[in-house]
Amino acid sequence: MKTISVVMGTVMLAAWGSAAMAQGPSTLDAVKAKGYVQCGVNVGLAGFSQPDSRGVWKGLDVDLCRAVAAAVFGDASKVRYTPTTAQQRFTALQSGEVDILSRNTTWTVTRDTSLGLNFVGVNYYDGQGFMVPKKLNVTSAKQLKGATICVQPGTTTELNLSDYFRSNSMPFKPVVIEKLEEVQNAYFAGRCDVFTTDVSGLVSTRSSRAQNPADHIILPEVISKEPLGPAVRHGDDRWFDVVKWTLFATIEAEEMGLSSKNIDQQAASKDPAVQRFVGATGDVGKMLGLDNRWAFNIVKQVGNYGESFEANLTPLGFDRGLNRLWNKGGILYAPPIR
Amino acid sequence: MKGSPGDQGQRQGQGARVGRLADDPRVRALVYQVALVATVLFLGWYFISNTLQNLDERKIASGFGFLAREAGFEIGETGLFSYTAADSYLRALGIGVANTLRVALIGAALATVLGTLVGLARLSGNWLVAKLAAMYVEVIRNVPLLVQLFFWYTIITESLPGPREALSPLAGVFLSNRGVAFALPAAHVAHAWMLWALAAGVLAAWGLSRWSDRRQAATGRAFPVFAAGCGLVLGLPLLAFVAAGAPREFDTPVLSGFNFSGGGVLTPEFAALLVGLVTYTAAFIAEIVRAGVLAVDRGQFEAAHALGLPRRHAMRLVILPQALRVIVPPLTSQYLNIAKNSSLAVAIGYPDLVSIVNTTMSQTGQAIEAIAILMLVYLTISLSISAFMNWYNRRVALKGAHA
Repeated sequence: MKTISVVMGTVMLAAWGSAAMAQGPSTLDAVKAKGYVQCGVNVGLAGFSQPDSRGVWKGLDVDLCRAVAAAVFGDASKVRYTPTTAQQRFTALQSGEVDILSRNTTWTVTRDTSLGLNFVGVNYYDGQGFMVPKKLNVTSAKQLKGATICVQPGTTTELNLSDYFRSNSMPFKPVVIEKLEEVQNAYFAGRCDVFTTDVSGLVSTRSSRAQNPADHIILPEVISKEPLGPAVRHGDDRWFDVVKWTLFATIEAEEMGLSSKNIDQQAASKDPAVQRFVGATGDVGKMLGLDNRWAFNIVKQVGNYGESFEANLTPLGFDRGLNRLWNKGGILYAPPIR
Repeated sequence: MKGSPGDQGQRQGQGARVGRLADDPRVRALVYQVALVATVLFLGWYFISNTLQNLDERKIASGFGFLAREAGFEIGETGLFSYTAADSYLRALGIGVANTLRVALIGAALATVLGTLVGLARLSGNWLVAKLAAMYVEVIRNVPLLVQLFFWYTIITESLPGPREALSPLAGVFLSNRGVAFALPAAHVAHAWMLWALAAGVLAAWGLSRWSDRRQAATGRAFPVFAAGCGLVLGLPLLAFVAAGAPREFDTPVLSGFNFSGGGVLTPEFAALLVGLVTYTAAFIAEIVRAGVLAVDRGQFEAAHALGLPRRHAMRLVILPQALRVIVPPLTSQYLNIAKNSSLAVAIGYPDLVSIVNTTMSQTGQAIEAIAILMLVYLTISLSISAFMNWYNRRVALKGAHA
């Protein structure tokens, strides 16, 4: 009987313990306590998140993680990365394995609601396209009737693809492989006629994996809207605010002309908006539960959105297109920081 | 002193019984078992309710309602069934189950044949044959299956030409990196007739063999049941074919647009998975068969010979039944392995159950439900294989050997 009561006691304790856990401490406090941000990224997509030859993660999505670390700790290097496949990514965030999912993920209503995620905004406006070998002499997606198409599972891409071919009454054969590298191999080996994913992914694949990038063309049709952005868990508004305003701060910095190179001089400027931004006046940082120099640290250590784009995506042949600032012909627009 | 001596004795007896109850091993065992079951039930309830609460707090949808929703994704191969993106998740999962069963059943049959051949080859008196078989077993079973699958898939997709330059080793057969496209007899009502005739033939052959067994037991006269049975199984469908007008039109694959259309197709994914599973499992089955045959004492062969049984009968009536007793139980595990290993298909893009469940999981976000379905299906498949093999094992076991 003694054994049993000990067992029951332990179980009760466990129940009580995790009932308290289910309540959930704030992610911001948890991140501060452990001393780093755990960031879910792509296993390897050139320009967005990929480790370089020395194993250092680089890319637009990686920079967002670094910006959050700069805002929270004043040190952009306090990030640990969890590479996730298209299929693992949501579970990783839901289960608390990562604090942010910054992995070229499309913002949709299903993901925002029934998956229990909150998208903080958009860091890359994208759309789905098709890449084909030049030698097939295809010039339009409308000519792809009966084609074999390589696609990754668990993506909006897979659904858009079916929708597009259904609405155009064209049959096709999907070849669905989970690992990006394997699906790219299958396309370059000629297993598929077509590779489809977000145009950014096509450009990145073509420039980093094709033997001769000129042998492959990206068809003009863009068949979907793919607003890619970072996401956090539902129900933690403080952390949601921190990540959201970190993203806005990088965009706002570009608009204000603040960059990693000039922020030190600009910090001394008399412009009240800049004064507020760098935390010399006001207490925006405190409202977010951060150091008042949070935005200064982001720009100083990671740079503004444009710098990040030029460092990571421009070398691969990306055009800024929609991702220009709103006053430069694009649709990037951050609410004011005040 | 009102109480009689009898009363007192009874009271003492009661106290002693309580004491004895705690000492009684059966009672103690019962108490422990009840406590264990209660603990397990409590833990189960605790985990489930805690999970549900957590899902609810994180606003993650739960329940099985998603099964009726439109799946919205295409599946590369659907076998004999039809499926479009407009069908439900339930149907998509059904296609996944069918694809898993297809590769597992064909794989198990082929692996048994190949494994038996290799196992017997290792016992061969021919030095070269025995060594080649030994080498096959040692190489194949010591390389991880996943690596072998990538190997076969890469061989197929990298070494074969595109569909526009397809090889055609036989008329009506085209080899390309889209798989093997082959001609099939064009759809005709004769095929349905032949199928029925085949079923009738199998049934008749079974009846014939029972009748001949009974007659032999009663009169001792043998009947050439094997030849007659083959005649029935093959002859009846042939008869149906001729009776239906012997249609000889073929549906030949034709290159149209990007790929071949018409005829049948063996996709690179299915082919790579099947070849990988069959060669891998056959290496294990070969060793099991070899062990089974070696387990039968040489004296059995000599005794059968001394009784005047021809070699063929000695093998079928004396050696094989004894070898099967050794072979069947480990063979069961190999069949289970084929069913479970087929889930590695996900790595090379064959749309088996795991692949469909993975897609369902990330489209709906309902990981717990999807994994539960996955486990339930694999458990059902595995338990069915086990049940069948146990039934077969009882049939081949020595009669009366069970205690």
